Amino acid sequence: MKVSIYRYNPETDREPYMKEYEVDTGGKDLMVLDVLNLVKEQDDSLVYRRSCREGVCGSDGMNINGKNGLACITPLSLAAPGVLDGRKALILRPLPGLPVVRDLVVDMTMFYNQYEKVQPYLQNNTPAPAIERLQSPADREKIDGLYECILCACCSTSCPSFWWNPDKFLGPAALLQSYRFLADSRDQATDERLARMDDPFSLFRCRGIMNCVSVCPKGLNPTRAIGHIREMLLERAV
Amino acid sequence: MVTSVTTLGRNGLSDWLVQRVSAVILAVYTVVVVGWLLAQGEVSYEAWSGFMGCLAMQIANTFMIVAVGAHAWIGLWTVTTDYLTTRQIGAAATGIRLLAQLVIALLTLVYLLWGLVIIWGGV
Repeated sequence: MKVSIYRYNPETDREPYMKEYEVDTGGKDLMVLDVLNLVKEQDDSLVYRRSCREGVCGSDGMNINGKNGLACITPLSLAAPGVLDGRKALILRPLPGLPVVRDLVVDMTMFYNQYEKVQPYLQNNTPAPAIERLQSPADREKIDGLYECILCACCSTSCPSFWWNPDKFLGPAALLQSYRFLADSRDQATDERLARMDDPFSLFRCRGIMNCVSVCPKGLNPTRAIGHIREMLLERAV
Repeated sequence: MVTSVTTLGRNGLSDWLVQRVSAVILAVYTVVVVGWLLAQGEVSYEAWSGFMGCLAMQIANTFMIVAVGAHAWIGLWTVTTDYLTTRQIGAAATGIRLLAQLVIALLTLVYLLWGLVIIWGGV
Protein backbone atom coordinates (compact mmCIF):
# COMPACT_ATOMS: atom_id res chain seq x y z
CA MET A 1 0.00 0.00 0.00
CA LYS A 2 0.97 3.62 -0.52
CA VAL A 3 1.70 5.88 2.42
CA SER A 4 2.26 9.60 2.14
CA ILE A 5 3.74 11.27 5.21
CA TYR A 6 4.33 14.92 6.12
CA ARG A 7 8.03 15.39 6.70
CA TYR A 8 9.75 18.40 8.19
CA ASN A 9 13.02 18.69 10.00
CA PRO A 10 13.62 22.37 10.84
CA GLU A 11 17.37 21.73 11.02
CA THR A 12 17.73 20.45 7.47
CA ASP A 13 14.53 21.28 5.52
CA ARG A 14 13.63 24.72 4.24
CA GLU A 15 9.97 23.78 4.15
CA PRO A 16 7.75 20.77 4.86
CA TYR A 17 7.08 18.20 2.13
CA MET A 18 5.11 14.99 1.67
CA LYS A 19 7.19 11.81 1.33
CA GLU A 20 5.83 8.68 -0.32
CA TYR A 21 6.47 5.18 0.99
CA GLU A 22 5.46 1.72 -0.17
CA VAL A 23 4.53 -0.61 2.68
CA ASP A 24 3.57 -4.29 2.59
CA THR A 25 0.90 -5.02 5.22
CA GLY A 26 0.34 -8.55 3.95
CA GLY A 27 -3.24 -7.61 3.20
CA LYS A 28 -3.97 -7.19 6.91
CA ASP A 29 -6.18 -4.40 8.24
CA LEU A 30 -3.48 -3.00 10.52
CA MET A 31 -3.75 0.02 12.75
CA VAL A 32 -2.24 3.22 11.34
CA LEU A 33 0.43 3.12 14.07
CA ASP A 34 1.52 -0.36 12.90
CA VAL A 35 1.96 1.05 9.40
CA LEU A 36 4.04 3.92 10.82
CA ASN A 37 6.22 1.38 12.60
CA LEU A 38 6.72 -0.44 9.27
CA VAL A 39 7.68 2.84 7.62
CA LYS A 40 10.08 3.54 10.48
CA GLU A 41 11.85 0.23 9.68
CA GLN A 42 12.48 1.59 6.15
CA ASP A 43 13.34 5.12 7.20
CA ASP A 44 14.45 5.64 10.78
CA SER A 45 14.61 9.42 10.35
CA LEU A 46 10.78 9.52 10.62
CA VAL A 47 9.64 10.98 13.94
CA TYR A 48 6.28 10.49 15.68
CA ARG A 49 5.01 10.17 19.24
CA ARG A 50 3.62 6.91 20.55
CA SER A 51 3.49 5.14 23.85
CA CYS A 52 0.68 2.87 25.03
CA ARG A 53 -0.41 1.81 21.51
CA GLU A 54 -3.96 1.17 22.79
CA GLY A 55 -5.73 4.54 22.86
CA VAL A 56 -5.06 5.36 26.49
CA CYS A 57 -2.07 7.73 26.52
CA GLY A 58 -3.18 10.04 23.70
CA SER A 59 0.36 10.46 22.31
CA ASP A 60 -0.20 9.55 18.68
CA GLY A 61 -2.94 12.00 17.75
CA MET A 62 -2.46 12.94 14.10
CA ASN A 63 -4.33 13.87 10.97
CA ILE A 64 -5.18 10.67 9.10
CA ASN A 65 -6.51 11.23 5.56
CA GLY A 66 -7.94 14.57 6.61
CA LYS A 67 -9.45 13.55 9.93
CA ASN A 68 -7.79 13.76 13.33
CA GLY A 69 -7.51 10.53 15.27
CA LEU A 70 -5.25 8.26 17.28
CA ALA A 71 -3.03 6.22 14.96
CA CYS A 72 -2.98 3.28 17.38
CA ILE A 73 -6.73 2.66 17.37
CA THR A 74 -7.56 3.69 13.81
CA PRO A 75 -7.65 0.66 11.50
CA LEU A 76 -6.70 1.22 7.87
CA SER A 77 -10.19 0.23 6.74
CA LEU A 78 -11.59 3.08 8.82
CA ALA A 79 -8.82 5.59 8.01
CA ALA A 80 -9.78 5.64 4.35
CA PRO A 81 -11.66 3.02 2.38
CA GLY A 82 -9.52 2.00 -0.59
CA VAL A 83 -6.21 2.27 1.25
CA LEU A 84 -5.87 -1.48 1.71
CA ASP A 85 -6.28 -2.41 -1.96
CA GLY A 86 -3.97 0.36 -3.10
CA ARG A 87 -6.67 2.54 -4.67
CA LYS A 88 -5.81 5.34 -2.27
CA ALA A 89 -2.78 6.39 -0.28
CA LEU A 90 -2.73 6.62 3.49
CA ILE A 91 -2.00 10.30 4.14
CA LEU A 92 -0.56 11.24 7.51
CA ARG A 93 -0.02 14.80 8.67
CA PRO A 94 0.60 16.37 12.09
CA LEU A 95 -2.36 17.72 14.09
CA PRO A 96 -3.41 20.98 12.37
CA GLY A 97 -3.04 24.37 13.98
CA LEU A 98 -0.12 23.64 16.29
CA PRO A 99 3.54 24.42 15.46
CA VAL A 100 5.39 21.39 14.07
CA VAL A 101 8.47 20.36 16.04
CA ARG A 102 9.45 17.71 13.51
CA ASP A 103 7.56 15.40 11.12
CA LEU A 104 4.39 14.29 12.94
CA VAL A 105 5.35 15.79 16.29
CA VAL A 106 3.66 19.06 17.26
CA ASP A 107 4.36 21.55 20.02
CA MET A 108 1.40 21.17 22.41
CA THR A 109 2.23 24.25 24.55
CA MET A 110 -0.75 26.31 23.36
CA PHE A 111 -3.05 23.36 24.03
CA TYR A 112 -1.69 22.83 27.55
CA ASN A 113 -1.81 26.57 28.32
CA GLN A 114 -5.55 26.51 27.73
CA TYR A 115 -5.89 23.34 29.79
CA GLU A 116 -4.07 25.04 32.66
CA LYS A 117 -6.42 28.04 32.50
CA VAL A 118 -9.47 25.98 33.46
CA GLN A 119 -7.74 24.87 36.67
CA PRO A 120 -8.36 21.18 36.04
CA TYR A 121 -8.30 20.01 39.63
CA LEU A 122 -10.81 19.66 42.43
CA GLN A 123 -11.22 22.82 44.51
CA ASN A 124 -12.82 22.38 47.89
CA ASN A 125 -12.00 24.47 50.95
CA THR A 126 -13.84 22.42 53.56
CA PRO A 127 -11.62 20.28 55.83
CA ALA A 128 -10.81 17.02 54.11
CA PRO A 129 -12.54 14.00 55.65
CA ALA A 130 -10.38 11.24 57.11
CA ILE A 131 -10.68 8.90 54.13
CA GLU A 132 -12.22 10.51 51.06
CA ARG A 133 -14.89 12.93 49.85
CA LEU A 134 -17.84 10.73 49.04
CA GLN A 135 -20.23 11.12 46.13
CA SER A 136 -23.64 9.56 45.62
CA PRO A 137 -23.81 7.19 42.63
CA ALA A 138 -26.06 9.76 40.93
CA ASP A 139 -23.51 12.56 41.44
CA ARG A 140 -20.70 10.31 40.28
CA GLU A 141 -22.65 9.57 37.10
CA LYS A 142 -22.64 13.27 36.21
CA ILE A 143 -18.94 13.16 35.33
CA ASP A 144 -19.30 10.18 33.01
CA GLY A 145 -18.45 11.22 29.46
CA LEU A 146 -16.14 13.89 30.87
CA TYR A 147 -13.43 12.27 33.00
CA GLU A 148 -12.48 9.87 30.18
CA CYS A 149 -10.71 12.61 28.17
CA ILE A 150 -7.05 11.68 27.56
CA LEU A 151 -5.94 15.11 26.27
CA CYS A 152 -4.84 13.84 22.87
CA ALA A 153 -5.78 17.25 21.35
CA CYS A 154 -7.59 15.67 18.37
CA CYS A 155 -10.67 17.78 19.15
CA SER A 156 -9.10 21.19 19.78
CA THR A 157 -6.86 20.91 16.71
CA SER A 158 -9.86 20.10 14.50
CA CYS A 159 -11.68 23.23 15.66
CA PRO A 160 -11.42 26.33 13.41
CA SER A 161 -12.18 28.61 16.37
CA PHE A 162 -9.12 27.13 18.10
CA TRP A 163 -7.03 27.50 14.92
CA TRP A 164 -7.86 31.22 14.68
CA ASN A 165 -7.61 32.07 18.39
CA PRO A 166 -5.63 29.35 20.19
CA ASP A 167 -4.53 31.86 22.83
CA LYS A 168 -8.04 33.17 23.59
CA PHE A 169 -10.53 30.39 22.88
CA LEU A 170 -10.07 27.59 25.41
CA GLY A 171 -10.91 24.92 22.86
CA PRO A 172 -13.13 21.85 23.20
CA ALA A 173 -10.69 19.77 25.28
CA ALA A 174 -10.16 22.43 27.96
CA LEU A 175 -13.87 23.27 28.01
CA LEU A 176 -14.80 19.61 28.45
CA GLN A 177 -12.32 19.48 31.34
CA SER A 178 -13.79 22.64 32.78
CA TYR A 179 -17.26 21.12 32.78
CA ARG A 180 -15.84 17.93 34.29
CA PHE A 181 -15.12 19.99 37.45
CA LEU A 182 -18.23 22.18 37.22
CA ALA A 183 -20.31 18.99 37.20
CA ASP A 184 -18.40 17.45 40.10
CA SER A 185 -20.46 17.56 43.31
CA ARG A 186 -17.25 17.81 45.37
CA ASP A 187 -15.99 20.96 43.65
CA GLN A 188 -16.83 24.35 45.21
CA ALA A 189 -15.27 26.77 42.75
CA THR A 190 -18.27 26.91 40.39
CA ASP A 191 -18.67 30.71 40.51
CA GLU A 192 -14.99 31.43 39.96
CA ARG A 193 -14.81 28.90 37.14
CA LEU A 194 -17.88 30.39 35.39
CA ALA A 195 -16.72 33.99 35.90
CA ARG A 196 -13.50 33.24 34.02
CA MET A 197 -15.41 32.07 30.92
CA ASP A 198 -17.94 34.89 30.62
CA ASP A 199 -16.10 36.79 27.87
CA PRO A 200 -16.64 36.65 24.07
CA PHE A 201 -13.67 34.30 23.49
CA SER A 202 -12.96 31.71 26.20
CA LEU A 203 -16.16 29.72 25.68
CA PHE A 204 -18.41 31.71 23.37
CA ARG A 205 -16.09 31.35 20.38
CA CYS A 206 -17.56 27.86 20.07
CA ARG A 207 -19.90 27.99 17.06
CA GLY A 208 -21.20 24.49 17.59
CA ILE A 209 -19.90 22.95 14.37
CA MET A 210 -19.12 19.74 16.28
CA ASN A 211 -15.82 18.86 14.59
CA CYS A 212 -14.68 17.96 18.11
CA VAL A 213 -17.45 15.40 18.50
CA SER A 214 -16.78 13.94 15.08
CA VAL A 215 -13.08 13.27 15.79
CA CYS A 216 -12.95 12.39 19.51
CA PRO A 217 -11.31 8.93 19.65
CA LYS A 218 -12.96 8.29 23.03
CA GLY A 219 -16.44 9.10 21.71
CA LEU A 220 -16.89 12.11 24.02
CA ASN A 221 -19.05 15.13 23.28
CA PRO A 222 -17.33 18.46 24.06
CA THR A 223 -20.10 20.41 22.28
CA ARG A 224 -22.64 19.09 24.79
CA ALA A 225 -20.32 19.99 27.69
CA ILE A 226 -19.94 23.51 26.27
CA GLY A 227 -23.75 23.72 26.02
CA HIS A 228 -24.04 22.77 29.70
CA ILE A 229 -21.54 25.46 30.72
CA ARG A 230 -23.48 28.00 28.64
CA GLU A 231 -26.67 26.99 30.45
CA MET A 232 -24.94 27.45 33.81
CA LEU A 233 -23.73 30.91 32.74
CA LEU A 234 -27.22 31.81 31.56
CA GLU A 235 -28.84 30.57 34.76
CA ARG A 236 -26.40 32.67 36.78
CA ALA A 237 -26.96 35.85 34.75
CA VAL A 238 -30.64 35.98 33.82
CA MET B 1 -11.03 35.85 30.94
CA VAL B 2 -10.26 37.77 27.75
CA THR B 3 -11.04 41.49 27.72
CA SER B 4 -12.85 42.96 24.70
CA VAL B 5 -13.90 46.58 24.38
CA THR B 6 -15.25 46.66 20.84
CA THR B 7 -17.82 43.90 21.11
CA LEU B 8 -21.49 44.89 21.40
CA GLY B 9 -22.15 43.78 24.98
CA ARG B 10 -18.53 43.56 26.28
CA ASN B 11 -19.54 40.14 27.50
CA GLY B 12 -19.76 36.73 25.83
CA LEU B 13 -23.05 35.68 27.33
CA SER B 14 -24.87 38.91 26.48
CA ASP B 15 -23.57 38.85 22.88
CA TRP B 16 -24.58 35.21 22.57
CA LEU B 17 -28.06 35.93 23.93
CA VAL B 18 -28.55 39.01 21.71
CA GLN B 19 -27.43 36.96 18.70
CA ARG B 20 -30.02 34.24 19.46
CA VAL B 21 -32.89 36.58 20.29
CA SER B 22 -32.26 38.74 17.22
CA ALA B 23 -32.15 35.58 15.07
CA VAL B 24 -35.57 34.54 16.39
CA ILE B 25 -36.98 38.03 15.72
CA LEU B 26 -35.63 37.94 12.15
CA ALA B 27 -37.00 34.43 11.58
CA VAL B 28 -40.49 35.41 12.79
CA TYR B 29 -40.36 38.62 10.74
CA THR B 30 -39.37 36.68 7.62
CA VAL B 31 -42.24 34.22 8.10
CA VAL B 32 -44.72 37.11 8.51
CA VAL B 33 -43.55 39.04 5.44
CA VAL B 34 -43.15 35.97 3.19
CA GLY B 35 -46.52 34.67 4.44
CA TRP B 36 -48.17 37.98 3.55
CA LEU B 37 -46.55 37.98 0.10
CA LEU B 38 -47.71 34.42 -0.60
CA ALA B 39 -51.22 35.21 0.61
CA GLN B 40 -51.42 38.25 -1.67
CA GLY B 41 -50.60 36.55 -4.94
CA GLU B 42 -49.99 39.61 -7.04
CA VAL B 43 -48.73 42.53 -4.96
CA SER B 44 -49.57 46.12 -5.92
CA TYR B 45 -47.68 49.15 -4.64
CA GLU B 46 -50.75 50.28 -2.71
CA ALA B 47 -51.13 46.92 -0.99
CA TRP B 48 -47.43 46.77 -0.08
CA SER B 49 -47.39 50.37 1.11
CA GLY B 50 -50.55 49.86 3.14
CA PHE B 51 -49.16 46.70 4.73
CA MET B 52 -45.81 48.27 5.63
CA GLY B 53 -47.44 51.52 6.76
CA CYS B 54 -49.73 50.01 9.39
CA LEU B 55 -48.72 50.51 13.02
CA ALA B 56 -48.15 46.79 13.68
CA MET B 57 -45.70 46.54 10.78
CA GLN B 58 -44.00 49.79 11.77
CA ILE B 59 -43.31 48.25 15.17
CA ALA B 60 -42.31 44.92 13.58
CA ASN B 61 -39.97 46.74 11.17
CA THR B 62 -38.38 48.60 14.08
CA PHE B 63 -37.73 45.32 15.87
CA MET B 64 -36.39 43.89 12.62
CA ILE B 65 -33.96 46.71 11.91
CA VAL B 66 -32.64 46.76 15.49
CA ALA B 67 -32.25 42.97 15.32
CA VAL B 68 -30.37 43.21 12.00
CA GLY B 69 -28.07 45.87 13.46
CA ALA B 70 -27.27 43.91 16.60
CA HIS B 71 -26.94 40.59 14.76
CA ALA B 72 -24.67 42.08 12.12
CA TRP B 73 -22.47 43.86 14.63
CA ILE B 74 -21.89 40.76 16.73
CA GLY B 75 -21.42 38.52 13.70
CA LEU B 76 -19.05 40.82 11.87
CA TRP B 77 -17.12 41.58 15.06
CA THR B 78 -16.58 37.84 15.35
CA VAL B 79 -15.39 37.64 11.75
CA THR B 80 -12.91 40.48 12.28
CA THR B 81 -11.49 38.85 15.41
CA ASP B 82 -11.17 35.50 13.61
CA TYR B 83 -9.51 36.66 10.41
CA LEU B 84 -8.06 40.15 10.92
CA THR B 85 -5.54 39.02 13.52
CA THR B 86 -1.77 39.09 13.79
CA ARG B 87 -1.80 35.31 13.37
CA GLN B 88 -3.59 35.66 10.02
CA ILE B 89 -2.34 38.88 8.43
CA GLY B 90 0.70 39.99 10.39
CA ALA B 91 1.77 42.95 12.46
CA ALA B 92 -0.63 45.51 10.95
CA ALA B 93 -3.61 43.47 12.11
CA THR B 94 -4.61 45.49 15.17
CA GLY B 95 -4.94 48.75 13.22
CA ILE B 96 -6.76 47.07 10.35
CA ARG B 97 -9.11 45.25 12.73
CA LEU B 98 -9.93 48.40 14.68
CA LEU B 99 -10.57 50.31 11.45
CA ALA B 100 -12.80 47.52 10.11
CA GLN B 101 -14.72 47.39 13.37
CA LEU B 102 -15.23 51.18 13.35
CA VAL B 103 -16.44 51.12 9.75
CA ILE B 104 -18.83 48.26 10.55
CA ALA B 105 -20.12 50.03 13.68
CA LEU B 106 -20.65 53.33 11.87
CA LEU B 107 -22.33 51.69 8.88
CA THR B 108 -24.58 49.72 11.20
CA LEU B 109 -25.60 52.92 13.00
CA VAL B 110 -26.19 54.73 9.72
CA TYR B 111 -28.40 51.93 8.40
CA LEU B 112 -30.22 51.74 11.73
CA LEU B 113 -31.01 55.48 11.81
CA TRP B 114 -31.82 55.59 8.12
CA GLY B 115 -34.13 52.61 8.55
CA LEU B 116 -35.91 54.25 11.48
CA VAL B 117 -36.44 57.40 9.42
CA ILE B 118 -37.91 55.30 6.58
CA ILE B 119 -40.17 53.38 8.98
CA TRP B 120 -41.44 56.30 11.07
CA GLY B 121 -40.81 59.30 8.82
CA GLY B 122 -44.08 58.99 6.87
CA VAL B 123 -44.40 59.53 3.12
